[in-house]
Amino acid sequence: MDRINKNRRKFFQTSAALVGGTVFYSLIKPFEAKAVEANQTELDPELPLWGMGVDIEKCIGCGKCAEACKVENKVPAEPFYFRTWVEQYTIKKDGEVKIESPNGAIGGLEQSVENEDIFKSFNVPKLCNHCTKAPCVQACPVGATYVSPDGVVLVDESYCIGCRYCIQACPYGARYIHPEKQVVDKCTFCYHRINEGLLPACVEVCPTEARIFGDLRDKSSKLVKFMQKNPTQVLKPHLNTHSRVFYNGLSSEVK
Amino acid sequence: MKEHYQHLYEILSQVDGYIYPNEIEMNWGLMIVLYPYITGLVAGAFILASLERVFNVKVLRPTYHLALLTALSFLFVATLPLVSHLTQPLHAYRILITPNPTSAMAIFGFVYLWYLMVVLLLEIWFDYRRDFVLWSKDSKGFKKFFYKTITLGINDTDEKSVKIDDKLGYIITLIGIPSAFLLHGYVGFIFGSIKANPWWSTVLMPVIFLFSAMVSGIALVMVIYMIVNWVRRQAIDMVCLDTIAKYLFYILIIAFALESLDQIHRFYEAEESFDIIKILVNGKLNLTLLGFQITIGTIIPLAVLGLFQVYQPSEKLRKIAYFIVGLFVLFGIFFMRWNVVMGGQMFSKSFSGFTTYKINIFGMEGTLMATAWLVLPILILMFLLWLMPPWKKSTEYLH
Repeated sequence: MDRINKNRRKFFQTSAALVGGTVFYSLIKPFEAKAVEANQTELDPELPLWGMGVDIEKCIGCGKCAEACKVENKVPAEPFYFRTWVEQYTIKKDGEVKIESPNGAIGGLEQSVENEDIFKSFNVPKLCNHCTKAPCVQACPVGATYVSPDGVVLVDESYCIGCRYCIQACPYGARYIHPEKQVVDKCTFCYHRINEGLLPACVEVCPTEARIFGDLRDKSSKLVKFMQKNPTQVLKPHLNTHSRVFYNGLSSEVK
Repeated sequence: MKEHYQHLYEILSQVDGYIYPNEIEMNWGLMIVLYPYITGLVAGAFILASLERVFNVKVLRPTYHLALLTALSFLFVATLPLVSHLTQPLHAYRILITPNPTSAMAIFGFVYLWYLMVVLLLEIWFDYRRDFVLWSKDSKGFKKFFYKTITLGINDTDEKSVKIDDKLGYIITLIGIPSAFLLHGYVGFIFGSIKANPWWSTVLMPVIFLFSAMVSGIALVMVIYMIVNWVRRQAIDMVCLDTIAKYLFYILIIAFALESLDQIHRFYEAEESFDIIKILVNGKLNLTLLGFQITIGTIIPLAVLGLFQVYQPSEKLRKIAYFIVGLFVLFGIFFMRWNVVMGGQMFSKSFSGFTTYKINIFGMEGTLMATAWLVLPILILMFLLWLMPPWKKSTEYLH
């Protein structure tokens, strides 16, 4: 009897230790990850803080930006995958709003509404908004998506597990699963180019300079000048994502 | 790949209005519908079991062990649809080793393991330990080996040991109730915390998920209890069945009230997203929401169960009615999950158009796979009922 009780006690001690250990470890582990994550997401004040301005009035909807992006970043050609695209808004005289973006505007946007029915029309380039408080970064269960020290939202392709929670969390539709890599993919502001002192491909090819890329910390940069001169707005400001893509001439119809 | 593109081109041709170009492909499919469905069945079945244990509803005794084994069978399968939907399923373990603490999804692995290891397995073990010892003495082969191993060398069968088992089991159940709430409330939070999606983003989501989970788990145990007794040609304990039905009725009322409150609130506030949601509910979700979830899954069961509270027809009729109501509720809750998961992805975040979901038969996200994930827990349950039949448990020293 005594022996049995001893066994029993020992068993409980061992299982309690095992269970307790597991629970303790699981409690500790996230904090460890938090430390790693904090390192990743902290912006470095010594580095530039990248952002983009979009001048809606200047965009002619040629789609060169979307095309250049696909070539530069090897985005699949099929019309379901875009790191950037251009939307055409047409407000008809009867108040109806028509939005189109066939093939993301690659090949150029054409107006499908008769001229006499149009109240106004404009083109809106879209891309990842590189939010300071990025919902995708918050949602990623493994920390595969993060904000770089110079403020660019990036994806670690080797670490993404493809749960697609970030796609659900992104309010701007900027993410997709890359059909060949089978991990999530998105605009990087052409990180490989900007690190070499070049402009993102979409900015480089824009014939009307509707896209302005620059360092938000540098008060003499083109971007800061653009923001100084124009009343700019971000998309879906009520979601409080603190995005770093600033639009001039943004109409309330744009979502 | 070619087939995938063809599939997407087909959907592209059916897009209604304007959607962001990356939204053609619906990212969460049938597997993500199954995930909250199965998890909900687990939580619900467990809560029914704890009614007997903690809240001392003794008439539910005949379903106590059945409910626990049902919860365990479904819990074993709960993560499988989730893992199989990943594009990198082999890397799923990363959620456990490097969880992102800000992610609502990252903690699921821990909540799941806690529930499986600490709550269900331990509770069932304390419940069955003495029987394992007794059974190991007069069985052969695999069963003997299993019983002997699972006792973990603790072979005492006296009254004192049973009392200790019972006490510890009780404590585990006490921990288990908030854990079950956590498990499923948390699943609701995964959806409820997505501010980008107005169909999901509601503070009520965890509570709605929790109550619908209870509804589905209770209905499942009710149906399984009837089937098991029919197969075993045993009489059904009508007091027990009537009590389960009564609980199902009450909790269904709460679940329905919460869901209605959510919709009324949405309707009355009529925020920016309201226009598109109105079209969604009256269009693409018409059949699955108003038809399946509300009419078949809620109104009819409420009417029948409500009627039985004031007027009781014959036992035979009640049994048939309970069985059908149980199936209706299970069907309705499946579509409740469907309406949340699919509904939230059918409309564009531009609030200007819709995509469609084309269901496949084959493939990882197909109906065959989904059926397999729903049949598997039933097979596990059959195995568990063979291995550790609740009806063969010793009733000596019963708590």
